[in-house]
Amino acid sequence: MTALWRWLADPAHWSGPNGLAQRLGEHVGYAAAATAFAAVLVLPVALWIGHTGRGRLLAIQVGNLGRAIPTFGLILAAFTLFGYGLTPVYVALVALAVPPILVNTVAGIRQVDPEIVEAARGMGMTEPQVLWRVELPIALPVLMAGIRTSAVQVVATATLAAVIGLGGLGRPIVDGLAQGVTYNPAARAMVLAGALGVALLSVLTEWGLAAVERRLAATRGGATHWNITD
Amino acid sequence: MTRFPPDWLARNRDLVLAQLREHLELTLLTVLIAVAITIPLALLARRLPRLRTPLLALTGTLYTIPSLALFVLLVAVTGLSRTTALIGLVAYSLLILLRNILVALEGVPAEVRDAAVAMGHTPRQLLWRVEAPLALPVALAGVRLATVSTIGLVTVTALIGYGGLGRLFLIGFQRRNGTALLTGFALSLLLAVAADLALARLERRLTPWAEAAPARTGGAT
Repeated sequence: MTALWRWLADPAHWSGPNGLAQRLGEHVGYAAAATAFAAVLVLPVALWIGHTGRGRLLAIQVGNLGRAIPTFGLILAAFTLFGYGLTPVYVALVALAVPPILVNTVAGIRQVDPEIVEAARGMGMTEPQVLWRVELPIALPVLMAGIRTSAVQVVATATLAAVIGLGGLGRPIVDGLAQGVTYNPAARAMVLAGALGVALLSVLTEWGLAAVERRLAATRGGATHWNITD
Repeated sequence: MTRFPPDWLARNRDLVLAQLREHLELTLLTVLIAVAITIPLALLARRLPRLRTPLLALTGTLYTIPSLALFVLLVAVTGLSRTTALIGLVAYSLLILLRNILVALEGVPAEVRDAAVAMGHTPRQLLWRVEAPLALPVALAGVRLATVSTIGLVTVTALIGYGGLGRLFLIGFQRRNGTALLTGFALSLLLAVAADLALARLERRLTPWAEAAPARTGGAT
């Protein structure tokens, strides 16, 4: 433990090209880009599936199968296919982020009370208006919960980018493990610093996004005229 | 340069089978230990409702910590051992199981419970004869989810010297051997799908009266 404090107290371990600040930036960058890309990719399809009900079973199957994919293996497999670079990381992280967004968006739209949807149609709304103005706002909390699940999993898993030679907070973990932690206190301190950093980042992502969700639910709830809960 | 030696699988059949066996053992032990820990926790949370939120928050935070980080932090405490791998794997299953078992028990209709009490069931009889069977489908859906997620997580323990089929990923990666990597990948995917289907079947067998229950995933609260 004292080795960890000594390691953390050294300013050289915080700034510079190998510093924790740089690693944190890389980590957040991989995770944010992968989650955003997955959301842009999935949301239009998922909204359409939710609205029409077509392909719903297929979406559930994709969600289930996606959960069974070992992301660690996918990163390494993508690395052997595409070689060194960011592509394998994004392939694996996007594949990881897709199922929760897909499943939650479809489920969120499907569980909107059919009577509300019928009422919206009765008021003369077109189908895109029904989706955009009625179904989407009601489904938003469930949809956001899916994005949060994806984001937290992606932040956690971006650690593995270091295994294929890239940066992020997995870098000090993988480097430290490679130096041998059993007899090398400095290596052990480096591993611990990376592990604590990434654990903290994941927990903060979860809490931060949960807070955004509550905020969003509160303002949305205030702006709508119907009662969302029942 | 990545190669795909076609005869690798034939030459390393024993290795592949040994890793498959390790993978199954780690998964089975993890799920059994996690269930053994979660059932008393869930019953405790039922008895003392004040504990429900803290227990879910605690297991939820454990679930959020990245697997590699958790394994590495545990190595600092318990060393490079199978126990380390198991502690980490069990920690990840707790939230999924606890949430599903609690939701399952809470889903038992109050009228059913009242009727059982009125018929003279003791609290113990109420739990085992009425609540437990009715809660079984949702609880089993949790076991299924925990099993599938454990099968994936086991592969990460390759980085601390275990890993089951995950070790084949690492061998394939380090020696630029695509056959080893793909074998490990395909087998762990197949294992997860097979376990999912088998447990879904068991679920229907044990609870022929119930409709397929949706599982509560980890993140969405």
